[in-house]
Amino acid sequence: MSINKDLVAASSTPLVLAILFEGDSYGYAILQRVRELSGGALEWTDGMLYPVLHRLEKAGLVESRWEKAETGRRRKYYRVTAAGREQLAEERRQWRTVDDTLRKVWSALSEAAHGDAGPVPFPQWS
Amino acid sequence: MDPKQQGDPAAGSLDEQIEAWRSHLRRSRAIAGSDAEELEDHLREQIATLGEHGLTDDEAFLVAVKRMGAINALTREFAREHSDRLWKQLVLAGDGAGEGGSEAPSAYGSRRMWVALALAVAAGVAIKIPGFFGIPFDPDASLFYPVNMAFFTLPFIAAYFAWERPLSTSSRLWTAGAFVLAAVVINAFPFSLAPAGEADTLILSMLHLPISLWLIVGMAYVGGWWPGNERRMDFIRFTGELFIYYVLIALGGGVLIGLTFALFEAIGVDVEPLVQGWVVPCGVAGAAVVATWLVEAKQSVIENMAPVLARIFIPLFALVLLAFVLTMAATGRGIDVEREILIAVDLLLVVVFGLLLYSISARDPLAPPGLFDWLQLTLVGTALLVDVLALWAIGARISGMGWTPNRFSALGMNVVLLINLAGSALLYARFLRGRVVFSRLWAWQMTYVYVIAGWAAVVAFFFPVLFGFR
Repeated sequence: MSINKDLVAASSTPLVLAILFEGDSYGYAILQRVRELSGGALEWTDGMLYPVLHRLEKAGLVESRWEKAETGRRRKYYRVTAAGREQLAEERRQWRTVDDTLRKVWSALSEAAHGDAGPVPFPQWS
Repeated sequence: MDPKQQGDPAAGSLDEQIEAWRSHLRRSRAIAGSDAEELEDHLREQIATLGEHGLTDDEAFLVAVKRMGAINALTREFAREHSDRLWKQLVLAGDGAGEGGSEAPSAYGSRRMWVALALAVAAGVAIKIPGFFGIPFDPDASLFYPVNMAFFTLPFIAAYFAWERPLSTSSRLWTAGAFVLAAVVINAFPFSLAPAGEADTLILSMLHLPISLWLIVGMAYVGGWWPGNERRMDFIRFTGELFIYYVLIALGGGVLIGLTFALFEAIGVDVEPLVQGWVVPCGVAGAAVVATWLVEAKQSVIENMAPVLARIFIPLFALVLLAFVLTMAATGRGIDVEREILIAVDLLLVVVFGLLLYSISARDPLAPPGLFDWLQLTLVGTALLVDVLALWAIGARISGMGWTPNRFSALGMNVVLLINLAGSALLYARFLRGRVVFSRLWAWQMTYVYVIAGWAAVVAFFFPVLFGFR
């Protein structure tokens, strides 16, 4: 199953912030974590993560530092800031609202489908 | 490189492949050096992980690059995020303008800034020192400042180059010596203000002195007497940009002074003596050094403006001159010989000369002849025609009008520019017909710089003697 591009874009901010909230990380590891969490369903083009990270950094939601990785190369690590944590809480509230609303409408739909209305597949406007 | 891949013929090239990919990325200005490094780290880690799953370096590289996304899409995404990088950024104290972002400004870049500022302050102070010895700034009261104006700015510009460039000690001494000699000679001249306020040779000398001294600045700029045409052309470019920067700084200074007056007037304090006595003279002298440093620091960051302006105005001037000549031909009107006609024609030639110079300074010498070259030839040709018509009209009467210094120098300037433009027109025509290469035109203009400076020196130093300092 592939996810609509707009949805991927919209969910990127909370997802990245939440992963960084778990602990400081860098691009490749963040992508691995996204794959792991979504079971591979949320496919990002690898390169596209970086503009997102840079946007969050410019907005002051994350900060970065260069460190020497075990491979000997320089690696850019990101850490979520206080503002980022606030933003994450806000995102979380908004996504929960969306989620709750969708859940309600899904259950209304299935009730309508399994209820007494028989073969009518859609709720009636009355 | 991982030695286990030695057997694979393509294995040794993984680093090269990554390097090629990286340089491809770096072609976009939106992706800074540090971004490319971050992406490369990602790519290498991806390749390593894929390698653990049994892919060869080559296969892993292909998969990793594919996963990274098309470079076009990637650069587009970075450009959207970092649109500021597409505008060249002004990093005042650094050389690292191309490297965007995290790099610290270089120590050398900031030292240049401080030296330039110190020289600007020195120029500002120098212009005030004679005042402390009771020499008034007012040109009606003393001729000292009008005569010496050039010496309060140009030596400081030359000093900046002498510090900044690896000049030989003898070049430095020559530069300094030339300034000192010029200053001594000019100040030894017994200029006097005639009762009627006629001081033709003084004014001519003042106008021509900076032009001839500019050659000495040029010497410091290029680092010697006979550099290649490329270096001379650089100096011409520098001159154009300096002029534009100076005008812009002067405009800003005008706004600053206007606001100063308005603000202090509101609280009833008269700042005019302070502004007239300090801000204006020090600003005029100091701004020249600041503009010099700005042009040098920004030469790769901001588009050169002089050639752009030349390109805009060449078609317009060509049109006006063509219309003028055609109108003259159609109406049969001759040029009305007045006192100012020679000056007006001189100014026209100066403008055309400048347009031509700055337009060819930005032209790719290897590009084939194009429409614009024809336009340029039209401009030079019509300017020459107008000049010849004016000279024709004047010629009959000039001996009757008397040989004043003004008329003599105007005619001399006219001849100097006429020869230059005629030579340029000839070379241009031959270039358009494929007879000579474009760089011949460069060489002609660059050699001619010495003729112009030489003529200016003649007017500045010999005319006063010739005409008895009147």
